[in-house]
Amino acid sequence: MKTYQCIVCGFVYDEAAGLPEEGLKPGTLWADIPEDWACPDCGVAKADFEMVEI
Amino acid sequence: MSDNQAPVVIVGSGLAGYGVAREWRRASPDTPLVIVTQDGGDSYSKPMLSNALASGKTAATLVMKPAQTMARDLAATVLTRRAVKALDTATQTLTLDDGQALRYRDLVLALGADPIRVPMQGDAADAVLSVNDLDDFAALAQAVDAAQPGPTRQVVIVGAGLIGCEFANDLLSRGFTPVIVDPADRALSRLLPEPASAALQAALSAAGVQWRLGATVQRVDRDGLGGFRVTLSQGEVMPAALVLSAVGLRPRTALASASGLHVARGIVTDRRLQTSAPHVWAVGDCAEVDGLNLPYVMPLMHQSRALASTLNGTPTALAYPAMPVVVKTPAWPTVVCPPPASVPATWRVAVQTDDELETHALNDAGALVGFSLHGKAVGRRAALAGQLVSGPWG
Repeated sequence: MKTYQCIVCGFVYDEAAGLPEEGLKPGTLWADIPEDWACPDCGVAKADFEMVEI
Repeated sequence: MSDNQAPVVIVGSGLAGYGVAREWRRASPDTPLVIVTQDGGDSYSKPMLSNALASGKTAATLVMKPAQTMARDLAATVLTRRAVKALDTATQTLTLDDGQALRYRDLVLALGADPIRVPMQGDAADAVLSVNDLDDFAALAQAVDAAQPGPTRQVVIVGAGLIGCEFANDLLSRGFTPVIVDPADRALSRLLPEPASAALQAALSAAGVQWRLGATVQRVDRDGLGGFRVTLSQGEVMPAALVLSAVGLRPRTALASASGLHVARGIVTDRRLQTSAPHVWAVGDCAEVDGLNLPYVMPLMHQSRALASTLNGTPTALAYPAMPVVVKTPAWPTVVCPPPASVPATWRVAVQTDDELETHALNDAGALVGFSLHGKAVGRRAALAGQLVSGPWG
């Protein structure tokens, strides 16, 4: 499980935790999130996230 | 006069300037692009500045991509530490501080905003910090490092708004006791309803923040030991290791005014982000888009996309979705979606327990036009946003 961070606002997506309130179950892999998904905090596109080392 | 050989010129390298550049480049990889910035041009996330101390970041590690990398990735010429002295919209020409003239096909003003500073007396009034960009953060981090071994743990923060509360929470992580001073009688008074302000204040107080509400800072003087002596309006004098001003932002409009563009609170644009001059556009904190100046990240991401489409030949009007604002106060997580200024709204508490609070703003018909979520309730943001009956324009 990896963690990704939005380069615009710092929002962190943790695959292990998912984002249940947005319909992403715990364990949802980054690769399995739809391409049209956007950062819930700032609206930046998925392509603009980058991986954060954990 | 139009010049299709001239580059698109973006003034500003913050999230708005680079946001437009990035979005525009997706569909227009080859058109010449010049970015002029008075900063160093490094790409960084401004929202992270107010929680960087707790996460152990420095000005250097906050840099996502240095200016040279941005220039390469965007296939752009990035002119750093340069100011624009004049704009002639008739000849579509900018004049830079070194006298260089720069013609543009289209000009994007992504100038940002300046921190508002309230006048203070005292021999250290000019040592009061405000953090509005990466250079400012570097100065704050240096002051924090210098102050940490000092005799006082107290820092004075002027302003109980979003930035003031975020920095207070962040400074707790470095062992300081933030004292927030504001003439208003409660925190985030312009964004939150009263019960939500009270809950935020209680949570920050429990974490160690102190408050002087209904008060202003009159004087800041040096104490002769490397710190400061801060005098409040009620006469109270307190020691401070550093003083931070977080009173709000004023859109940068001087260049636009001097060039004859229509300016109100910000640089006035329509919903296509066009200013009153042809081929001149404005985005981000400097822009007043159809009456709204929203200095947050989510609006400027939507602006960037709409403007990129327009610049690529598809005129696109901005459509804002619900745009909740995240207040980065880990002591009491908060998300607020204020009701549109044009809609009379009444707030009520929907849910309140020890570990969560949910408030609703309702219009005259009882429909949801805004909300605030706190503590565990922040997870309901998407659900609440979906119930809103009006967007930011009402």
